[in-house]
Amino acid sequence: MTGKVVTITSGKGGVGKTTTTANLGVALARLGQKVVLIDADIGLRNLDIVLGLENRIVYDLVDVVEGRAKLRTALIKHKSFPDLYLLPAAQTRDKTAVSPQDMIQLCNQLRPEFDFILIDCPAGIERGFRNAVAPADEVLIVTNPEVSAVRDADRIIGLLEAERKGPGRLVLNRIKPDMVRKGEMLAPDDVTDILGIKILGIVPEDENVVPSSNSGIPITLNDNSRAGKAFHNIARRLMGERVPFMSLEESGGFFKRLGRIFSGGGG
Amino acid sequence: MQDQLINIKGVGDGLRITLDEAEEWSNITALLASRIDQQSAFFSGARVTLDVGARPVRKDEMMSIKALLDRRGLTLAVVLSDSQTTLDSADALDLRANVSAVPAPEPVDGLAPFNPEEEGTAGVMIRRTLRSGRTVRSAGHVVVFGDVNPGAEIQAVGDVIIWGRLRGMVHAGAHGDTNAVVCALDMTPTQLRIAGYLTTSPQDKRQKPRPEIAFIRDGHIVVEAWE
Ligand SMILES: Nc1ncnc2c1ncn2[C@@H]1O[C@H](COP(=O)(O)OP(=O)(O)OP(=O)(O)O)[C@@H](O)[C@H]1O
Ligand SMILES: [Mg+2]
Repeated sequence: MTGKVVTITSGKGGVGKTTTTANLGVALARLGQKVVLIDADIGLRNLDIVLGLENRIVYDLVDVVEGRAKLRTALIKHKSFPDLYLLPAAQTRDKTAVSPQDMIQLCNQLRPEFDFILIDCPAGIERGFRNAVAPADEVLIVTNPEVSAVRDADRIIGLLEAERKGPGRLVLNRIKPDMVRKGEMLAPDDVTDILGIKILGIVPEDENVVPSSNSGIPITLNDNSRAGKAFHNIARRLMGERVPFMSLEESGGFFKRLGRIFSGGGG
Repeated sequence: MQDQLINIKGVGDGLRITLDEAEEWSNITALLASRIDQQSAFFSGARVTLDVGARPVRKDEMMSIKALLDRRGLTLAVVLSDSQTTLDSADALDLRANVSAVPAPEPVDGLAPFNPEEEGTAGVMIRRTLRSGRTVRSAGHVVVFGDVNPGAEIQAVGDVIIWGRLRGMVHAGAHGDTNAVVCALDMTPTQLRIAGYLTTSPQDKRQKPRPEIAFIRDGHIVVEAWE
């Protein structure tokens, strides 16, 4: 196996990086992939909470980097998916405890054993961002349909291009079809028009996301949730499948606009 | 082979050193040191413009190459790069930093006389989209083959030509030249300035994009079809 390292980043905070990382991890594991998730948000860890693994943490990323724990011992196996692992972030240290080179070495150790290595990146463009991006084979940029979030995503894409990690693919999170239809929210093609990169997936706003994250059961395990289904589709696309984009409503403008963006774009 | 990795040119009273973008950093700095040592009498005392292309150079790496040059009697004065990391490192060391691709005056017979006038009207050519957060400043003209996104900014003493969509900020004639112009294939800047004049785009400008040119007439900025 040569695992693929995928870093989930955004620029602006709170747009859904951790939610996306957790859900893609679970969805990929459900699809039979061997997956490890790395929480690179040192000092503000929360990927463990969203996955319901907080109480199992013994060692963390910094313990591994500083040689206090073996990588094998620090990995936490998920309760329901034996092929899903988490390497949690340290709670008490800051981002300078880890270097980009450390992250590259760590991922090189993990690559032979996993299909996917997903890295949850902290917000911002400083050290934590560079740590998370250094080992990436592919970068996903999460954004919301808001001008400020798109602006930050654009900035991140510029930085990724300068580091030769770009341009990456886009996950557009928290879209509200009825607001888009009324012209009150940026539509997916408004966002891609500015950013000029491919969309990997569109995740609707879903009131079940918050409670599911709180209870440690990622939304993609809820088969009735449209957000959950969207994450499942993104996971399949990451695996190279061509999955058509779901219509977010039965008829009308929004679906047509989607059709326009994705025809030609492939999947 | 070595000659392709490092290119050293005499430019005016200084040297322009261009380093290969992809070669291992430790390798290329070692090569550079030995190249300079071989011809130390020739290089000594020169001000250096270092062009690293797209390579991201960290602050510690920048410090060590500066020291390497210092020890050999060379002064690192300007860094050219289009990696933000490199530009930030240069900034942190108080070096003058600029996007690369400022064309160096071609030396004739290896000894071109320095021409300050031509130097002053040099152009910067950028072959990609300028994204949010990116600032380009030029003592001459700026040409962009790509879009200028919201949040990006261009300041030029001369003209600004954008072969793409202009949606960020542009200031042409930044030192007061009221003859400066701004051209774009689709002109919806966040803000557009020429010399001391300023304009913004109408909020609802959603007509079919067409190439336009902005210039000063009768004391304000006018925009017309660019033909
Ligand atoms: N599609 C969605 N629908 C509803 N709520 C969502 C959705 N996606 C994320 N959220 C909620 O938004 C909040 C922020 O999400 P999350 O923690 O994943 O963002 P983040 O980018 O990791 O933030 P940070 O930058 O702080 O690390 C959380 O409360 C999460 O449950
Ligand atoms: Mg997070």
